[in-house]
Amino acid sequence: MFAYTMRRLLMLIPVLIGMTLLTFSIVHLIPGNPAQVILGEQASEQEILNLQETMGLNEPYVVQYFLYVGDLLQGDLGTSLRSKAEISNEIVPYIIATFELTFFAMLFAIFVGVNAGIISAWKQNTWFDFLAMLFALVGVSMPIFWLALMEQLVFAQELGWLPAYGRQNSRDPIATITGFYVLDSLIHLDFPRAFTVLKHLVLPSIALGTIPMAIIARMTRSSMLEVMRSDYIRTVRAKGSGQFLVIYKHALKNATIPVLTVIGLQTGVLLGGAILTETIFSWPGIGRYIFDAINYRDYPVIQSGILVIAFIFVIINLVVDLLYAFIDPRIKY
Amino acid sequence: MKKWSLLLAMMLAFVLVLAACSGDGGANDDEGTDEGDTSEDTSEDTDSEDTDSEDTDSSEGEAAAGDNVLVYARGGDSESLDPSSTTDGESSRVTKQIYESLLEFEDESFDLKAGLANDWSVNDDGTVYTFQLEEGVTFHDGTDFNADAVKTNFERWSDPEHEYAFTEDNYVYSMYGTMFGGFKGDEGHVIEEINVKGDYEIEFVLNRPLGYFLQNMAMSYFAITSPAALEEHGASINENPVGTGPFKFESWSRDDSIVLNAFEDYRVDGQPKLDQVIFQVIPDNSARLTALRSGDIDVMDGLNPDDAQIIEEEEGFDLYVRKANNFGYLGLNTEKEPLDNKQVRQAINHAVDRQAIADALYAGYAQPAKNPLPPNYLGYNDEVEGYEYDPEKAKELLEEAGYGDGVEIELWTMPVARPYMPDPETVAEIIQNNLSDVGITAEIVREEWAPYLEKTAAGEQEMFMLGWSGTNGDPDYFLSALLHGDNAGSSNRTFYQNDEVDQLLDEAKVSVDQDERADLYMQAQELISEDSPMVTLVHSEPVLAASSDVVNYVPHPSTSESLAEVELDR
Repeated sequence: MFAYTMRRLLMLIPVLIGMTLLTFSIVHLIPGNPAQVILGEQASEQEILNLQETMGLNEPYVVQYFLYVGDLLQGDLGTSLRSKAEISNEIVPYIIATFELTFFAMLFAIFVGVNAGIISAWKQNTWFDFLAMLFALVGVSMPIFWLALMEQLVFAQELGWLPAYGRQNSRDPIATITGFYVLDSLIHLDFPRAFTVLKHLVLPSIALGTIPMAIIARMTRSSMLEVMRSDYIRTVRAKGSGQFLVIYKHALKNATIPVLTVIGLQTGVLLGGAILTETIFSWPGIGRYIFDAINYRDYPVIQSGILVIAFIFVIINLVVDLLYAFIDPRIKY
Repeated sequence: MKKWSLLLAMMLAFVLVLAACSGDGGANDDEGTDEGDTSEDTSEDTDSEDTDSEDTDSSEGEAAAGDNVLVYARGGDSESLDPSSTTDGESSRVTKQIYESLLEFEDESFDLKAGLANDWSVNDDGTVYTFQLEEGVTFHDGTDFNADAVKTNFERWSDPEHEYAFTEDNYVYSMYGTMFGGFKGDEGHVIEEINVKGDYEIEFVLNRPLGYFLQNMAMSYFAITSPAALEEHGASINENPVGTGPFKFESWSRDDSIVLNAFEDYRVDGQPKLDQVIFQVIPDNSARLTALRSGDIDVMDGLNPDDAQIIEEEEGFDLYVRKANNFGYLGLNTEKEPLDNKQVRQAINHAVDRQAIADALYAGYAQPAKNPLPPNYLGYNDEVEGYEYDPEKAKELLEEAGYGDGVEIELWTMPVARPYMPDPETVAEIIQNNLSDVGITAEIVREEWAPYLEKTAAGEQEMFMLGWSGTNGDPDYFLSALLHGDNAGSSNRTFYQNDEVDQLLDEAKVSVDQDERADLYMQAQELISEDSPMVTLVHSEPVLAASSDVVNYVPHPSTSESLAEVELDR
């Protein structure tokens, strides 16, 4: 286990180098001079030249790349061209906001997805199964932005039940401790605020969580079907255990492994794919951060933002792999 | 079978819990629409889906947070809270509350009034300006405001080597460079020296007169920061603003909200009247409108012109109109055939129906433009006849110019919305139609924004759409930037060059006699109108909406207004 962990950690190095190379190259292929974009249409030529100089845009790409990696190694993600703030500081609240949203989206996806999958497997070929799988199919193919807009239209605008923008009530901001607003309001024992924050989470979480929910439901179903046919389940049944116990105690554990993979992968995908949801719901997360940076050609932010997301993705995969070995001792590496 | 129902019931219960979280009268809003470009300008989104008029209960927070908190919602976040290091309107909207400059603009115009300086004078040849400063003013950090503080700030902006210039941290004071002719050591830099004549008297010595020097002094970009704060916070001053203004900075949660609290020791008695101001970012225009109608916010910037009528008709809300401080134009590259022919340019001017554009895209909140300068500006020439919409006349002119059989011209259209051009694509189509009526075939060319700006500056285009917004309320900022021959290839993208115009603009720039300047600018506009290097389309008047509880709110044409006198009457 230890050797395996070490091996996996070492494998991160080439992956990370590849990632820096990739983000750097992609960002520099975006057309247009960032100095011009930052200064806008009212800028004079001299101002643009000056800004290019201070931004280091006159250096060759290779030099810019090595400067960038050199800074990265010292934990310096660079300075935002737009806000002039250190990206490593600035990015933290955005990441936390995205984590909070992703967490609730995955909570929704796992709870609904796993249960729907189980029931579908259990009641294979019944109307529930067909209906659930039809929903899963629709869920997978649903454009997130469309779902988000429909949610806003129905639940926020027409019914007025749920807020459709932001993380909290503008008039009544929360004193942040951790940056996770649900947690913060609970630490303050401020339940009304916690409730407000949760309400803000509902619509974006569903929008973001629908695709993974559908994928998890399908995965759980097929995995469960396989396990349910195995000999040991027949033995458990023969011993007279109730259906509920069979499924939730005996079958689910062994059906978990492939589902866990999907959950891990989907969590990573959500972290990076939150741009649309965050923009539509005015959620100040990493997706919005990068989206704004792209508009401004804020190279350092785009690079570092993508890099941070990729890094988190890689780490999640690592954790999932390590979890396999932990959950199922039969897995040997 | 029973257990299955149990599970199903659990799932249903979960779904119900989610729905019920909705509870009663929650904070609610919106139906947002598409992408929500959050770049610097305000009225970006052009989607105009009206929201239904059902009014939902106001949010629970209203009661919780006292009644004297104003929530001001806008489309994008601030870039920086260091006013001089940004040119972004969303930033100065906030710094205007925290900081003050030596002079201030009147509430609704660019006329000057006292700010941190209560009196000022200029010598006869317009090279020495002396300011008497307010005494007994303190910064939010408790330190005293005085002449040294002013000197420190100006030196910080003008000298890239200054200890507080923070050049290595990407600070660029581009507005300073633009307004004062460059930086220390540059040939065009106009400020020779700054002399502290006493604790509350400061003198600026210029190396040549500058007609709009005082206008510059009132710009929110040149507001005075506490030197002690510069020392303490260094390059992170943009996140820790310390000024003398009516509100002091409390917190900034990026892309979400900026909270400002009343400054108890503000120099004006009885101000500010609010306890707290919160600047809330809601990128989508219609989402913001829904938030306003549900009581979550008090003022919203960037109302879709099409929604203005809803606000006017609805009880409990007021509509505000900012005075025009911009214009959108169709530039004609005077170096490219056939646009190098004056008659062709005049023909195009006659062919475009400005009124139709104003009506179709700005819901009437725009006026057709005949000069490249907003009305109400010093020297605006109302005598200029302008070009009537007259397709027949246009055809005649084309005939005379030798293009009676028709001609093909490229029409470059902007890819982004701007306050002066909320829907560039539709404007391009209207112009295309207008031109085809007189025999000009316009082929629409689309480019990304960054290359668009680069290529039009380089002169690759034929006809192109763009606009200009004012910053200091001075005509020079419009006329010289757009039409002086020296700026051809940067901000002068029509490559217009007329020595007579250049001379008039140069003279006006160095004169400190405002009547004389007005006269010179009027002459310039006449010549420009005759040469017609551009089709000035419209001056747009951005609309805002606010709850009727908001009292004394006066939108300023610069888009940054002080909220010191604003009250809430709930």
